[in-house]
Amino acid sequence: MSSGTMNAETIKAEIEAAVPGCHVELVLNGSSSAQHSLVIDNEHALQVARYLRDDSALRLDFCSNVTGVDWLDAEVSETVKTKKLVDGVEQEVSEVRKTRTPGRLEAVYHLFSMEKKHGPVILRLRTADRAGGTTVPSLTPVWRSAEFQEREAFDLYGIVFAGHPDLRRLLMWEGFVDHPMRKDYLPPEENEDGDGRDQR
Amino acid sequence: MDQDLKAELSKHGIFTTTFEEIYNWGRKNSVWPLTFGLACCAIEMIATTMARYDLARFGAEVFRASPRQADLIIVSGTVTKKMAPQVVRLYNQMPEPKYVIAMGACAISGGPFRDGYNVLRGIDRYIPVDVHIPGCPPRPEALIDAFMTLQKKISQQQLTGEGRPRHLHADLPSEFPVPEHAGHGLEPAENAEVWNPLRVIQG
Repeated sequence: MSSGTMNAETIKAEIEAAVPGCHVELVLNGSSSAQHSLVIDNEHALQVARYLRDDSALRLDFCSNVTGVDWLDAEVSETVKTKKLVDGVEQEVSEVRKTRTPGRLEAVYHLFSMEKKHGPVILRLRTADRAGGTTVPSLTPVWRSAEFQEREAFDLYGIVFAGHPDLRRLLMWEGFVDHPMRKDYLPPEENEDGDGRDQR
Repeated sequence: MDQDLKAELSKHGIFTTTFEEIYNWGRKNSVWPLTFGLACCAIEMIATTMARYDLARFGAEVFRASPRQADLIIVSGTVTKKMAPQVVRLYNQMPEPKYVIAMGACAISGGPFRDGYNVLRGIDRYIPVDVHIPGCPPRPEALIDAFMTLQKKISQQQLTGEGRPRHLHADLPSEFPVPEHAGHGLEPAENAEVWNPLRVIQG
């Protein structure tokens, strides 16, 4: 455990046993850090967070980092070879299958235990989409250190944290529109230099 | 006064000067900067005031923590769009005569953050800058050089006539409009009366 990542699969099983009805999805990280993360469904997120903090073996008492991720609509196309009957003869035909993943926002939490000296455990909360349904439950009631970082994610990504005690913009000013860390955000054109640098 | 006569008199132990000379001599050797830093350039500015570089040699050791007592604002670092109105407001609160050094790539142009969503592309869009220093960050020597450039500028100012400095022109402004935060940036984006960018004219 002290070697960095805790066994995400074990924690997934423990969560599912402790919080009935909770849907946990394991997202594997293929890099050498192997920091796998757990996607928690929004309905049970608060319960899961309380369990992770209070369970005597886990004691994840410290939320070190909260951030946002913006996933645009993605289309993955893969070529699949299938056997088909063409004019009564079996032939191998390659088909292009397209899978559409709708865009969404994610809030990512990195949890450690000061008491047990282990971690990180990485949680992800997903929004329904990038436009109207960008609400996830706030975990500030469980980890107070998430307060400003959730405000930052709200400010820059537009993730709305339901149950946050004071959800205002943190870095940008009041009255700023849009969320500048979204991948499709373009700052207003400032082309007064006349050097063609800023023509987008 | 005839310069030869002045030199001749000084050989006999007689010092002659003009009111303008002694006034400017006094001003250029007691420029008090504002205690004001924005980013990493401020660390170099602080180093410049310390024993190794010793800005006190130029009469600028008294950093004043109030704009009312300061003559010089060293804009040392990245000016974000969120901070820019406060920088202009601080400048407005300084009494005349007042000077501005824009220190570092960010303060003069936005620097590496120029294309970011929240960085002002140079403070000279809103207040008149006397000396620009490039560098990221500029070394203390560069700040000292900028300071000496400013001193030269002060000592060359004529107190009468058309070319007299702004603080002796009753009808020239000593305060400049403070920009306001709008939906995406600052409104207005620049003060056209202050900002004179060099433009490349192709033809």
